Amino acid sequence: MTAMGGMLLHQIIAGLATGGIYASVALALVMIYQATHLVNFAQGELAMFATYICWSLLQAGVPYWAAFFITAAGAFVLGVLVERLIVRLVEDAPVLAVVIVFIGLLVIFNSLAGWIFGYAIQPFPSPFPAQPPFGNAYVSSHELGSIAITLVLLAMLFVFFRFTSLGLAMRAAAQNPQSSRLVGIRVGWMLALGWGLAGAIGAVAGMMIAPTVFLEPNMMSGILLYAFAAALLGGIDSPGGAVLGGFIVGVLENIVGALLGTELKLTVALVLIVGVLVIRPAGLFGKVHVTRV
Amino acid sequence: MSGAPLLEVRGLHAQYGATQVLHGIDFRVEHGGVTTLLGANGAGKTTTLRAVCGMLARTRGEITLDGRHIEALSTESIVRLGVAHVPDGRGTFAELSVDENLRLGAYTRRDKAQVAQDYERVFGYFPRLKERRRQQAGTLSGGEQQMLAVSRALMLRPRLLLLDEPSFGLAPLIVQEMFEILAGINKTEGMAMLLVEQNAALALRLAQQACLLETGRVVMAGTAAQVAGDEAVRRAYLGA
Repeated sequence: MTAMGGMLLHQIIAGLATGGIYASVALALVMIYQATHLVNFAQGELAMFATYICWSLLQAGVPYWAAFFITAAGAFVLGVLVERLIVRLVEDAPVLAVVIVFIGLLVIFNSLAGWIFGYAIQPFPSPFPAQPPFGNAYVSSHELGSIAITLVLLAMLFVFFRFTSLGLAMRAAAQNPQSSRLVGIRVGWMLALGWGLAGAIGAVAGMMIAPTVFLEPNMMSGILLYAFAAALLGGIDSPGGAVLGGFIVGVLENIVGALLGTELKLTVALVLIVGVLVIRPAGLFGKVHVTRV
Repeated sequence: MSGAPLLEVRGLHAQYGATQVLHGIDFRVEHGGVTTLLGANGAGKTTTLRAVCGMLARTRGEITLDGRHIEALSTESIVRLGVAHVPDGRGTFAELSVDENLRLGAYTRRDKAQVAQDYERVFGYFPRLKERRRQQAGTLSGGEQQMLAVSRALMLRPRLLLLDEPSFGLAPLIVQEMFEILAGINKTEGMAMLLVEQNAALALRLAQQACLLETGRVVMAGTAAQVAGDEAVRRAYLGA
């Protein structure tokens, strides 16, 4: 393989690895969006906070995978609590009020993390071996492992929403709350469950990206931006689109970074966001909404 | 609870914002019976159905189901007591498939074997839905969506079925069919119904009891035959 081709292959695989992270966070955003029609700006900070929980557990000597699952479960509970205790209070409030609450949550979790865990940048371990698999130079074990975990997570979510009656009830509650009540679905709890799932997905994404970007209270701010670009690119109301958008943004970001310099990486996300909003606001797979007035 | 009606509504008041819509309504639905609420647009029929299943914030009065007070319960809890509602405007899940809509209708039921039988039962009533079971509900015609709304309610196997304009959007022939199906269900399964229907002649044929509402008050109540025989009703609602 030529040096250029090898470099490109490496960038694509690395892009898929971070793309999986963007896909997960984008999916979490879409899940909340479908139920509330709002973007949860605090999603990234919830993930960061969960990653700190995992870090504390690891510091206390808990084995990695035990800490991983405890953190995912903890983030689920945290998501449910945030919905039940805070978001629920502004359920019927004007859009702007809810957006302010989301931004408030962002600031609160960011500051809480800094207060409790400090602002110093911490290394975060990967559960995967340091040696590259199959002795090649193109892909690291962590990249490959992180892609695998992302894919397993997405497959589990797909099966849950597609084939279980609880998943169906959650989709119904997001689409049509009133009709959902009329078939006996406890809509409030379905929304809380959605927040819980989004929290757990975000936590997994946080734990997978932390070895690469290192752990600190602001570690998710850039990632949330990429995830937002991914969700918009795929269509903010399309879970499958958000996932595909995540992988596209990840690969694109890495290739642009390699060819034009890493300074331009974040610009990719911003260009995508503006570009999608101008050219095709519904995204690649989103539905175009027509409203009769 | 023998003797007590399945549904009893006493002194029901309801308001939207500052506007009083119902001014103390009384009526009942007997076990296995059909009661119809008649009246012009704006008389408060739809509001009454909504109040019965807890969809309104501001109501006053007593609503009992089989002797149990339900006026303070949430819609979800009332549905779980066996009250299904085919709402005004159908309320199907437009982005979900026909199959998924029906599965949701049986969401609160745990008797899986019975549910499987009920699928076949509603597909028996409405074969058109079976042909379209994988299709998105939003892509169905208006009439098919109405069939789906009724079928979804039947999937609950309710003790009490609330029907808000089941003939809405249906072709005349299908309307006849729909009412024959409803009459059959009422007769063979003893499913009680509270029916709101523009087509008073049809409604009075299906119902045993009838109430005439005018601007939020019951102005006449009795057996369907008595109400159908009333001269004023005949002129205003039956076109005879």
